[in-house]
Amino acid sequence: MITLHINGEDRTYDGDPSVPLLWVLRDELGLTGTKFGCGEALCGACTVHMDGDAVRSCGLAAGDAAGHQITTIEGLDPQGDHPVQKAWRELNVPQCGYCQAGQIMQAAALLKEKPHPTEDEIRNVMSGNICRCGCYQRIVAAVHLASTGA
Amino acid sequence: MAPLDFPSANPVENVSRRFLLKGLIAAGALVVSAPLLSRHAFAYATGADAMPHGTVNNPHVFVSIDPSGEVSIIAHRAEMGPGPRTSLPMIVADEMEADWARCKIVQAPGDEATYGNQDTDGSRSIRHFLQPMRQCGAAARQMLEQAAAKRWGVDASSVKAQNHEVVHAASGRKFGYGELAADAAALPVPPVEALKLKDSKDFRYIGQGKVQIYDLHDITTGKAGYGIDTRLPGMKFAVIARPPVVGGKLVSFDATEALKVPGVEKVIAVQGWPWPSKFQPLGGVAVIARNTGSAIKGRDALKIVWDDGPNKGYDSVEYRKLLEAASRQPGEIGRDQGDIEAALKGAAKVITAEYYLPHLAHASMEPPAAVADVKADKAEIWAPVQSAGGTHEDAAKTLGLPMDKVKVNVTLLGGAFGRKSKCDFALEAALLSKELGVPVQVTWTREDDIRHDFYHTVSAERIEAAVDAKGKVTGWRHRSTAPSILSTFKEGVVREAPLEQGMSLVDVPFDIPNIRCETGEAAAHTRIGWFRSVSNIPHGFAQQCMVAEIAHELGKDPKDFLLEIIGPPRIVDTAKTTKVFWNYGDPIETYPNDAGRLRKVVEIAAEKSGWGKKLPKGRGMGIAAMRLFLTYVATVVEVEVDEKGAISVPRVDVAIDCGFHVNPERILSQFEGASVMALSLAKYGAITFKDGKAEQGNFDDYQVIRIDEAPRVTNVHIVPHPYEVPASGIGEPGLATFPPALLNAVFAATGKRIRSLPIADQLKA
Repeated sequence: MITLHINGEDRTYDGDPSVPLLWVLRDELGLTGTKFGCGEALCGACTVHMDGDAVRSCGLAAGDAAGHQITTIEGLDPQGDHPVQKAWRELNVPQCGYCQAGQIMQAAALLKEKPHPTEDEIRNVMSGNICRCGCYQRIVAAVHLASTGA
Repeated sequence: MAPLDFPSANPVENVSRRFLLKGLIAAGALVVSAPLLSRHAFAYATGADAMPHGTVNNPHVFVSIDPSGEVSIIAHRAEMGPGPRTSLPMIVADEMEADWARCKIVQAPGDEATYGNQDTDGSRSIRHFLQPMRQCGAAARQMLEQAAAKRWGVDASSVKAQNHEVVHAASGRKFGYGELAADAAALPVPPVEALKLKDSKDFRYIGQGKVQIYDLHDITTGKAGYGIDTRLPGMKFAVIARPPVVGGKLVSFDATEALKVPGVEKVIAVQGWPWPSKFQPLGGVAVIARNTGSAIKGRDALKIVWDDGPNKGYDSVEYRKLLEAASRQPGEIGRDQGDIEAALKGAAKVITAEYYLPHLAHASMEPPAAVADVKADKAEIWAPVQSAGGTHEDAAKTLGLPMDKVKVNVTLLGGAFGRKSKCDFALEAALLSKELGVPVQVTWTREDDIRHDFYHTVSAERIEAAVDAKGKVTGWRHRSTAPSILSTFKEGVVREAPLEQGMSLVDVPFDIPNIRCETGEAAAHTRIGWFRSVSNIPHGFAQQCMVAEIAHELGKDPKDFLLEIIGPPRIVDTAKTTKVFWNYGDPIETYPNDAGRLRKVVEIAAEKSGWGKKLPKGRGMGIAAMRLFLTYVATVVEVEVDEKGAISVPRVDVAIDCGFHVNPERILSQFEGASVMALSLAKYGAITFKDGKAEQGNFDDYQVIRIDEAPRVTNVHIVPHPYEVPASGIGEPGLATFPPALLNAVFAATGKRIRSLPIADQLKA
């Protein structure tokens, strides 16, 4: 049995602690906002925050997340009004929308670390997150908008 | 047949099964009516009634109004990004004068008898449902007006519906829609002839681009529900090991080690169907666990013996040689205009080029995934499927249940691109739930998705152009050799079907007197399926690269020469000159092959891009233009190739003419995104086979474009049209013009002509 601190709450999991955090979030705890995309930390769809840093939850054993503060898209902001979320809506970023939780979590971590990134910094940090619909042009603009106070 | 006959009262006889219908119908089989102007509204015939279950425009089906005034509108098409889940209900809301802020969208289950056709593919949602949705909204509006007039005892012509209420201007009285709902619902639905559509100048939402997608807030907060997100009490999680070669089957398996993995509960065989079997599951071995992570670990521990079957020799290197050899021989003729042999014989110069494009995998970010809850006498499925109606039918058949005992709930689709028009993954979930007696979710891992896709075809294209002494192109012979999508449906299909030939092979709109289009023989050795833009990708790549190649040979500007070869504005009579004719299933009278509109998008894209401007060394511009799914698209790509041969795309300009347009904001986003997806296929896209097995498996060896290498900016220019220019679609068209425009730009920048995709390391210095 492990205890995970997720979005400010303690949640327990009594299964195999070597299972990636992603599947514990999605299949055991009902937090389906975090998405599966590749299982190999290649696409960023499963990005969550661990102690404020962006991590790929598909490559992190649930047991290794115990004792850390985990934030998922559901917990980023109680009303969904984090500046990145607002900017995403302002610029109509999503198409299918599937990768966007991971994109938003990555962007939020970037802005926490670096409140005013350059375009190249945005592209560099966001390059781990694949969007197959190709919303990149709007993602760059939305991160920039969020950094200037959406 | 009048174009506005109420279709649900006159259902299309379901002789050809839905997925074959489009490809096998030849010229003349469609019921075609010329556009006509009725007393009340412009109306036009579409191919909608030739689709299974046609269209429905009944407001009782699509609209309900709560006493509080909340209007619920059904979305019956699937949402995967282009926006129909928002745009079609928005059309109803606008036409019925409902306030969008007080509208709720309800997703329809798979039920075509009730809602009309639900195959969300082929860029048909707006093309086929703009008119029925307007009629639906207009009928609802008129019923509300009549209900109010009756209560006030005044003539219906003296009242007016506006912004969610009906107003009697003479007396200043008004009723909210909620107050009128019950009375209005009891009135007869006005016949189509009695409907008055709104004047376009009165649109609140249509064409304005101000309505945001309905799911935007949920998407940005993680609440949006995709197929992979469905959760039911007691649900088990499954992954499946499938035969690695199409046509192969399970011989035996040993689950001893798998069952020792913590969390794994069961291992069972899954029924597979012999190839080809349309969308039936491949079969294999399923691992059932308490969560998907445990199921994956269990699957890794399985020991399985497969019989690889008849396709175990499929080898992409060898197969390419077969395709290319076939393209050098005469093929079956799909279009024969003039005398191509004489033109080639009498030419001052014959320019020949061969192109090759490999298989592609869709790789939507949400892999195939579905949930099923099957009981002895009924079943319910939750799935991200493009074809809700088809899934409904196939699930009922597979489970041996009557249609009315099977419910298919359509979730959001996390990308699809044609992959999710095949419901095999939903059928897998259904079979497992039936056997286990509990709700089951099947999730495909990324490797499953890339190794067991219904792949975009692989193709060898060869074009010969005859040029006379004056530098005029007098002959064009285009041979295409590619396995057909229809090979996934039945045995013995060895060449491209009319639906594939109709995508930029036989319908080439060039002003050339002698044109022949042929297809070579190509048997399939894997499952071939629709991939966004479909056969326009290989045909268009060859066609539009060849135009630039000829321009170069003749010393002409590629844009000027493209306009020259398209020729003067005119209607190209494709139906007369081709032996196989498709026109994307829609009447040529409504959607003619219009060289004038094609010219126009070329001119706009060229002008907006600054075509002809002086560029620094290492940069070049390329252009391509095609009619794609009845939409005209021209793309100019500006490329930079550095001294090491690395390419980047600083700018793309796309001009698009889709007739009347409904949701310009979604049109922009579709084409911005298509630039990225098209760059992926041009730069990296290749699925190759060895010993019958796909050699790629994840985003490391099947790379797609990331944000740091995406086009810096894609500017999309929409050609505006009134309602009288019938709307076409925007989901499919985006991919086909970009690759040839890119490679034409690379040639302009470097002098190097790449004819084989992907680019991979061909430019490496």
